[in-house]
Amino acid sequence: MATYTSSTPVNQLGRGGDRPAPPNGGDDGQFHGSSLPNYGARLRRARLGLICGIATVSMVFISLTSAYIVRQGLPTFDGATNSYVRDWGQVQLPWLLLAINTVLLVISSLTMEVARRNIARRAALAPLKSIPGISLEERSFPWLGVTVLLGFGFLVGQWLAWGELKGRGFFVDTNPNSSFVYLLTAVHAVHLTGGIIALLWAAVTSLLHRPIEGRRIVVDVAAWYWHFMAVLWIYVFALLAFAR
Amino acid sequence: MATAATVHAHAPQGFIRKYIFSLDHKVIGIQYFFLALTAVWVGMFLSLLMRIHLIWPTAVLPLVGEIKPETYLSLLTMHGTIMVFFVLTTAPQGGFGNYFLPIQIGAPDMAFPVLNMLSFWTTFVAFVFMLAAFFVTGGAPLHGWTGYPPLSAVQSAGPGEGLGADLWITSIAIFCVASLMGALNFLTTTLDMRAKGMTMMRMPLTVWSWFITAILGLLAFGVLLSAGILLLMDRNLGTSFYVPLVVVNGVKLGHKGGSPLLWQHLFWFFGHPEVYIAILPGMGVTSQILSTFSRKPIFGYKAMVYAMLGIGFLGFMVWGHHMFMSGMSPYSAFAFSLLTMCIGVPSAIKTFNWLGTMYKARIRFHTPMLYAIGFVSLFVSGGLSGPFLAQPVLDIQLHDTYFVVGHFHLIMGVAAIFGMFAATYYWFPKMFGRMMNETWGRVHFFITLAGTYAIFMPMHYLGIAGGTRRYSQYTEVAYLQKLMPIHQFMTYAAIITIAAQFIFVINLFWSMFKGPKAGDNPWESTTLEWTTATPPPHDNFGGVTPVVNHGPYEYGVPGAPRDYVMQTDPATGSAH
Repeated sequence: MATYTSSTPVNQLGRGGDRPAPPNGGDDGQFHGSSLPNYGARLRRARLGLICGIATVSMVFISLTSAYIVRQGLPTFDGATNSYVRDWGQVQLPWLLLAINTVLLVISSLTMEVARRNIARRAALAPLKSIPGISLEERSFPWLGVTVLLGFGFLVGQWLAWGELKGRGFFVDTNPNSSFVYLLTAVHAVHLTGGIIALLWAAVTSLLHRPIEGRRIVVDVAAWYWHFMAVLWIYVFALLAFAR
Repeated sequence: MATAATVHAHAPQGFIRKYIFSLDHKVIGIQYFFLALTAVWVGMFLSLLMRIHLIWPTAVLPLVGEIKPETYLSLLTMHGTIMVFFVLTTAPQGGFGNYFLPIQIGAPDMAFPVLNMLSFWTTFVAFVFMLAAFFVTGGAPLHGWTGYPPLSAVQSAGPGEGLGADLWITSIAIFCVASLMGALNFLTTTLDMRAKGMTMMRMPLTVWSWFITAILGLLAFGVLLSAGILLLMDRNLGTSFYVPLVVVNGVKLGHKGGSPLLWQHLFWFFGHPEVYIAILPGMGVTSQILSTFSRKPIFGYKAMVYAMLGIGFLGFMVWGHHMFMSGMSPYSAFAFSLLTMCIGVPSAIKTFNWLGTMYKARIRFHTPMLYAIGFVSLFVSGGLSGPFLAQPVLDIQLHDTYFVVGHFHLIMGVAAIFGMFAATYYWFPKMFGRMMNETWGRVHFFITLAGTYAIFMPMHYLGIAGGTRRYSQYTEVAYLQKLMPIHQFMTYAAIITIAAQFIFVINLFWSMFKGPKAGDNPWESTTLEWTTATPPPHDNFGGVTPVVNHGPYEYGVPGAPRDYVMQTDPATGSAH
């Protein structure tokens, strides 16, 4: 055990602190020293939370995918032929409608990205507004609103796709394949609705004239979540299309 | 998004914002604690009813009347579920983790206080749903805490499998969402809100344990949520994910082709990490307390961290050892068996290090220390039967016997609860500003320790002798009748042990109001929560942000003015 002397850095004693303190503290370097961390730290924290959230949603879909694959390969006993058969079944998906929905969602992801960059620029320039003689253009195209509309469009499109499926005679309990089609699209839609609620919240804070930094954080996190939703839908669509 | 900064500028004054819908992690931690305390009494009462019924099967009990076999299975189901989810998962992580993680890393609150509040109240709603299952037509479900289909997936499979089972599954699903919110908050807080100087390798082992538990929760609860959705669909929408062709009371149901094993895989992919979600925080607090009361640095700090990480990692790869009975391929069984055995390595490292910490120490035998030692004892006793069950050939013999009940109660149930007791006695002064009664704490400890062993050790003998579990009566089978004296002994031990818990509760509430006032650092500990006022102010450090210069367990420092160095002490010997 190390001996304590006035010249020995105490952080070399004990068992937990055998490294000197980094110059900027823990791994943060920005939060401490004030009960109000700066905007950059808040943004980073929100993004970190989002990464955790994405990991969770990913686990939900990973487990559903594994269930999909396992259920697809399960044999079931057929009394008529006295043998084991696969009962996975087929589903005639409304390809055109789903493709249009996919395009809608991808476009919404692009508009969302424009909205994210717009508000990031405005947040960066906000301090300049206090300088006399400098005026910043406040009005910009409502990319956020367009994204929300496209998001609603996607959900309506999914609803129509369900209607078309029912029209073709494929219900949730028709066969395991159709069960998974309804399940995966529904779970994705629920998560996407969460994204729409976040965007609406951002719009409300905009109407309430909250500080732009806070709004930027909401929009930034919502944007990354939205992109994830688009990628997730493409994955779900690919699963339904290619692993039938 | 509301982060710690935006909501933490001013302490709320109104009663509702301060104590009910509080955003303060300390209040939320106490709310979780009392929720778990309520749940543990409900769960314990159910186990008492079961134990009484086992030795007096025809007894008519107050409130419940005569216990029928299906009632017994309901009690079994609800006891297991309430204990696993609302006690073992809720108190160590949601309760103590919520209260002390931010303080121990030098933060003013959790990263997302609003989410934190939502997490607690969502858990509360889940608990209400769970209890509601008792009061609906048919009563509580009888499919066990593991909810195996087809029993759990068919509404007509038995009493309690109607609305009661729907409420049960919904409650679990809500609980999953709450736990995911909590895990997200714990991870972000730990990674992003540590004070200056608080490197990862300076974090107390308690923080490490909550951090790793949060990772496990983040990856495991989503899987259970998915599994629960599929189960609800099978029950209510006519799908066949889990249900094969089933005939109930001569009626052929519409399901076909589903696999109950699919549920088992998904459930145990969550279920085994859940064991570590329950026990890891207990390991953390035990390490903290053993070091503090041994007045020695924790033996092998880094090894302890890596051992916890190893346990967490391996915990995701062994779910199949719960399914040896399912007819799995011997090759799969071999792989699961081998990986399960591997968990013994980090577990042994931890045990060795705990003993190394206490070796040749001037131990202060206060109540928290007694419970920490009790935790180690139970961890070893319960853990040693793990390698038996990890071997398929033995598990097939022992799986449906009391051997398994004894094993998991010792390692996952009571060891974790001893961790909670240790944490309560240790942190009570900081949480409530007063000391708990030491004498009654010791009385409580010795009765509980002896009682615990008296209840659960005989279960191993019962299991080896072929004593089957989950049966409501053993009086009708000749060879099981011969085991009844052991059951009687366990029931008497359970009655005494449960009675002793009144000592704890009375001590808890009495001390809360009448206990002697506690100083800021009554145990002479080194971590950050002991550097602030008792109880801590709203922002934890009274406007001061701590700067960390030391590791968490610098005790017995030769030549130092006192036998410990606080984490915030100056970096050179000029301290004090």
